[in-house]
Amino acid sequence: MPGMQELARAGASRPAMARRAGLLERFQNNRNALGWAFMLPATVLLLLFLTYPLGLGTWLGFTDAKIGRAGEFIGLENFAFLVGDSVTQLALFNTLFYTVVASVAKFGLGLWLALLLNKRLPFQSFFRAVVLLPWIVPTALSAIAFWWIFDAQFSIISWVLVKLGLTTKYIDFLGDPWNARFSTIVANVWRGIPFVAISLLAGLQTISPSYYEASAIDGATPWQQFRHITLPLLTPIIAVVMTFSVLFTFTDFQLIYVLTRGGPLNSTHLMATLAFQRAISGGALAEGAAIATLMVPFLLGAIMFSYFGLQRRAWQQGGDK
Amino acid sequence: MSNEGKNNDASQGMDYLQSLPRRWVTVYIPIVLFVIVLLFPFYWMAITSFKPDNELLSRDGNPFWIVGPTLAHFNKLLFKTEYPSWLLNTVIVSVVSTAVSLAASVLAAYAIERLRFQGAKPAGGAIFLAYLVPPSILFIPLAAIVVKLGLFDSRMALILTYPTFLIPFSTWLLMGYFRSIPYELEECALIDGATRWQILTKIVLPLAVPGLISAGIFAFTLSWNEFIYALTFVSSSENKTVPVGVVTELVEGDVYHWGPLMAGALLGSLPVAFVYSFFVEYYVSGMTGSVKE
Repeated sequence: MPGMQELARAGASRPAMARRAGLLERFQNNRNALGWAFMLPATVLLLLFLTYPLGLGTWLGFTDAKIGRAGEFIGLENFAFLVGDSVTQLALFNTLFYTVVASVAKFGLGLWLALLLNKRLPFQSFFRAVVLLPWIVPTALSAIAFWWIFDAQFSIISWVLVKLGLTTKYIDFLGDPWNARFSTIVANVWRGIPFVAISLLAGLQTISPSYYEASAIDGATPWQQFRHITLPLLTPIIAVVMTFSVLFTFTDFQLIYVLTRGGPLNSTHLMATLAFQRAISGGALAEGAAIATLMVPFLLGAIMFSYFGLQRRAWQQGGDK
Repeated sequence: MSNEGKNNDASQGMDYLQSLPRRWVTVYIPIVLFVIVLLFPFYWMAITSFKPDNELLSRDGNPFWIVGPTLAHFNKLLFKTEYPSWLLNTVIVSVVSTAVSLAASVLAAYAIERLRFQGAKPAGGAIFLAYLVPPSILFIPLAAIVVKLGLFDSRMALILTYPTFLIPFSTWLLMGYFRSIPYELEECALIDGATRWQILTKIVLPLAVPGLISAGIFAFTLSWNEFIYALTFVSSSENKTVPVGVVTELVEGDVYHWGPLMAGALLGSLPVAFVYSFFVEYYVSGMTGSVKE
């Protein structure tokens, strides 16, 4: 552990400093020793329950461990099986589809809501406070509300559509593969919009009004103002917000678990729900760990893409970073 | 529709240039629609939990209103299920893991931001990376670890694992707050002979109270809302948390008791909504502060 070595070295490097001072005082005046002592609780918890499991999970993917039985190293066998496994392929497709569609929708609607909230409104602080509610309420619980809203027999959406005469049959929101995919995406977007909107609103509020005034005097249209002032200045924040949003969406678990458990016909299984099903419900710990490990490269790719891709644009357009 | 909203991106200062009808179409109507859509599931949750079964399972009448409201669903939830003990578990787990994480985060953030020990920069980077590791990758190996430590099916399993996502977040947030406290205050105290511990507890922490509150609220809601660890590490009903208990225990076979389900969802959402309503400003500033850095 590098921390311990540094601590020891830092302590040893100043032996002459405190001849008369007591051990405690010497400790308190040594910023390296004190620094690592302060870091200790966080470091221990994170090493034990984050770094170690991260390594263990990767290792498990290369073994044949089952629940209650330690596994032996079997090389790439799990991954070779998963690559040819049609359910895993479908789960990967679902995850990518879910992430792309939901992230684009969250960005578009979130940006729109942020622009609306940035205007002078009556009850402004009320609107801002209320808009965040979907984000702070437990997702598993709001997913139950969506489960009921999407119910095949008593869905309120179907009821309204029938009353309006737009359809005669109740829609089977969660029973048909494509309906289920879009229904879960709608629930995910509903939950994610507040985060995007409020974060982007914070970015909007840092843009000085004088840019808009100056450009208005020069005859810029609202669209030109948006395109050439708002968007470039907002890009750094968009990059961070969308990186997080993509990360949350790609690794989503609870919404799917509550709404469909991956069904119908595995059409809504995401990598995370499939990993849970195989590892915990099915007992094939190693296989589940391998699926979770398979998520990592995609995750890194998504982070790289949304972070560096947008960062570079900010730099090209002379963003304020 | 979406173009109309964006088209109108004047700053607040120039809003008066717009005519009132135009503002209705481009601002008021869209925002009211947004709020209705964002709040509708909560309305639906609330109204379902007070609706008697015969109204729930009927396609006639107006489903948006209740003819004869009833408390039967809450009665069933509170006295015929283990909901009270799930509530208690959730409170204990959230409060303890928040306290543990806050303590660890304050120390770590102060060390990284102000003590500037050798390795402070990489430590800050590592904390940020830890923030990016999602629980859906960790829960399988963590389950193995929890079993090995003999913590399976206990509150302790959750109290010890929740800090893995709480500490990175709170540390990152608190680092931003500590950065905003002037160095001079600490230098004065150092000259007057204060120890680092005294500086932390008597100068920095009192000034960082808003940061502590937002980190605390955030950590509390995050642990209240946590699902995948609680689902994986706890198996017996009396040890479950509210989100997991409602999802796994209230559904019996193919018969969905929508009333108690919605009542459970409503009661489980109210505490976070309540806490949130008192500290909206802190919450928003915490959320945006962590993103801006």
